[in-house]
Amino acid sequence: MLWLLSRALGAAAVLFGLGALSVWLTHNVETYYYLVLIQCGIAATLAVSLNLINGITGQFSIGHAGFYAVGAYVGAAWTMLWRPIFAKELPWLEIGSLPGDVANLIIALALGSLAAAITGLIVGTPSLRLRGDYLAILTLGFGEVIRVTLLNIDAVGGARGLAGIPTLASTGDLAAFWVFGLLIAVSLLTRNLMQSTRGLTWLAVREDEVASDAMGVDTTRVKVTAFVVGSTFAGASGVLYAHFFTGISPDIFGMDVSIMITTMVVLAGTGSVTGAIIAGFALTAMPEALRFLKDFKEYRMVVFSLALIIMMLTRPQGILGHAEVGFGSFVRLYQRLRLGVRRSAR
Amino acid sequence: MQSFLQQAVFGIQLGSLYALIAIGYTLVYGVLRLINFAHGDVFMVGAFVCYYACTRWLPFRDLSADPAGATTNIALAVVVLIMAMAVCALLGVLIERFAYRPLRNGLRIADAHFWGLVAALPVAVRLGPFSHPGVLLAWLVIGVAFGYALRPVVAWIARRSVRATSRLNALITAIGVSFVLEYGGLLVVGADPNFVPTIVPERVYVLPGGVRVGTPQLAILAISLVLMLVLRYIVTYTRRGKAMRAIAHDIEAAKLMGIDTDRVISFTFALGGALAGAGGALVAALTHVKITPLFGLLPGIKAFVAAVLGGPGSIPGAVLGGLLMGLAEAFVAGSKASAFRDAIAFCILIVLLLVRPSGLLGRHVAEKV
Repeated sequence: MLWLLSRALGAAAVLFGLGALSVWLTHNVETYYYLVLIQCGIAATLAVSLNLINGITGQFSIGHAGFYAVGAYVGAAWTMLWRPIFAKELPWLEIGSLPGDVANLIIALALGSLAAAITGLIVGTPSLRLRGDYLAILTLGFGEVIRVTLLNIDAVGGARGLAGIPTLASTGDLAAFWVFGLLIAVSLLTRNLMQSTRGLTWLAVREDEVASDAMGVDTTRVKVTAFVVGSTFAGASGVLYAHFFTGISPDIFGMDVSIMITTMVVLAGTGSVTGAIIAGFALTAMPEALRFLKDFKEYRMVVFSLALIIMMLTRPQGILGHAEVGFGSFVRLYQRLRLGVRRSAR
Repeated sequence: MQSFLQQAVFGIQLGSLYALIAIGYTLVYGVLRLINFAHGDVFMVGAFVCYYACTRWLPFRDLSADPAGATTNIALAVVVLIMAMAVCALLGVLIERFAYRPLRNGLRIADAHFWGLVAALPVAVRLGPFSHPGVLLAWLVIGVAFGYALRPVVAWIARRSVRATSRLNALITAIGVSFVLEYGGLLVVGADPNFVPTIVPERVYVLPGGVRVGTPQLAILAISLVLMLVLRYIVTYTRRGKAMRAIAHDIEAAKLMGIDTDRVISFTFALGGALAGAGGALVAALTHVKITPLFGLLPGIKAFVAAVLGGPGSIPGAVLGGLLMGLAEAFVAGSKASAFRDAIAFCILIVLLLVRPSGLLGRHVAEKV
């Protein structure tokens, strides 16, 4: 009982802190940096959710932007197209006040992630019964098909996309709260999973699929579950994107986004949660920081794909491998450096 | 009935192109068990070679001004086809040599120069368009210089390079190569869509029953048939082909029998690249689709689905799969659901993976541990 109480208190403290931080950020940080920060948070969430599939379960999905798009469109469709129908009957669905906004955002999040989960199930089930290669092709193709299909659906604006989606964060005050809340949720989920029995079966599938099958792990089930969970969070971050940047079009969810997310996971180290978060922040902020190199945005995709190849040729497990970054690693780094200095002095 | 037959004609045209690309996938899958993701982009490069040859490099006559130039143009068109095949064969070999072989055998110091050339690409692009020979020369010079600078790095990498790599690493490398070609292409030629003008006179025949068949469609069908027959001859009756089949059967045993596997694998990539290049040139010159550096992706994936449909590793399977894919896409494109013509490939793949994952003509091979 005491354990539950302390957990609940901890969670409440984290949520309250996030909310306060979010409000503080909105009023004290320049809009440009604030938007970059939100984008970094969304990218990191995407990277951690892909890490569940690519890093922890050892599969290879490269169409994450597809699920991101499904979430964004379904979430936006709720707020713009379906909500007005329900709002006639249910007055608490009106937006503009804090409770209404929160209720609508939660409904949009639920619908968006549910839609992404169902799509993930449809895409994942056939290919995950087989070897990993098929998943890569199927997800890549799926990402493209989603984009082309969205271009052709007039109800969601076709090539123009949906614009003017209402911000459901009370004029942006709580944007960081939702984005980083989701990031913390998916990171905690991954961390706790890796320490649980169920998570061990996921890791076993990554290490040796045949052996874990022989030990009685239902490998297909594990892989499909990981895939569906990963897509769910991608869908949720899509909903958040749609509601903070207020405009979505099929172009935003193109293949380059999928490549970015994949690069984050592969470079940082497949399986490392903190690595994925760091890579998500770094690779999103880098093009902004390198703006003085005028056309870096154009070279960026070439640089990232070359980085993928070179990483595969030199260190296939990624920079961090399976290791995590914590306070301890800085201590170890410091000790190693000191040792190195002492050695070189000798 | 008439529209049905018309769609069938369109489907066979599309299908023979898919078959040409699918053969490349299946050949490489056969020898290396690797999905050569970059294959669709080799096809794209073939289309671009055709575009530049038709508009800049070769002296094509303008048919509307000079109808007598048709004979010259047809002769030049054959040259274009051969050029596209040669360039793409070379590209296939380069990809194998510098991206996939280091995965098998470790990185060599000489590879530094290749990566130097790739790294020099953005620098050269700033100097001017690549159609200018001076820019090309500058690129080569800068690239080789970069290569010398990279040599110590590569030497360091080579020392600690990992040999035993998993299939997943090979796949990620292949995807990286594909993206380098696509986005590198965007840097070099830009994102504007290009169209190849009509270079050979086109005529449409109306068959009894009202079905219209154009000379471009007949040419695509005939050329791809000839190429497939040549390929079949090479694989079945020549020494190299025999070596390829031996490697596909068991690469270790083939090595023990004295087959220079690296050379034969290079040859396989050259064959696949040549077919994809021919496909790209045919598409660009005869169907007048818009070509951009990213346009190889979807045909590439569809051809891959065709290869899986026929059974990966089986050449007749790739042809059959390609034709089926082409027909399926043509019928969807001709129906009311034409917006979903690109989605049909994935529906086919999903159903296939559920029902018969080894493909129509493939054998099911149990995985050995």
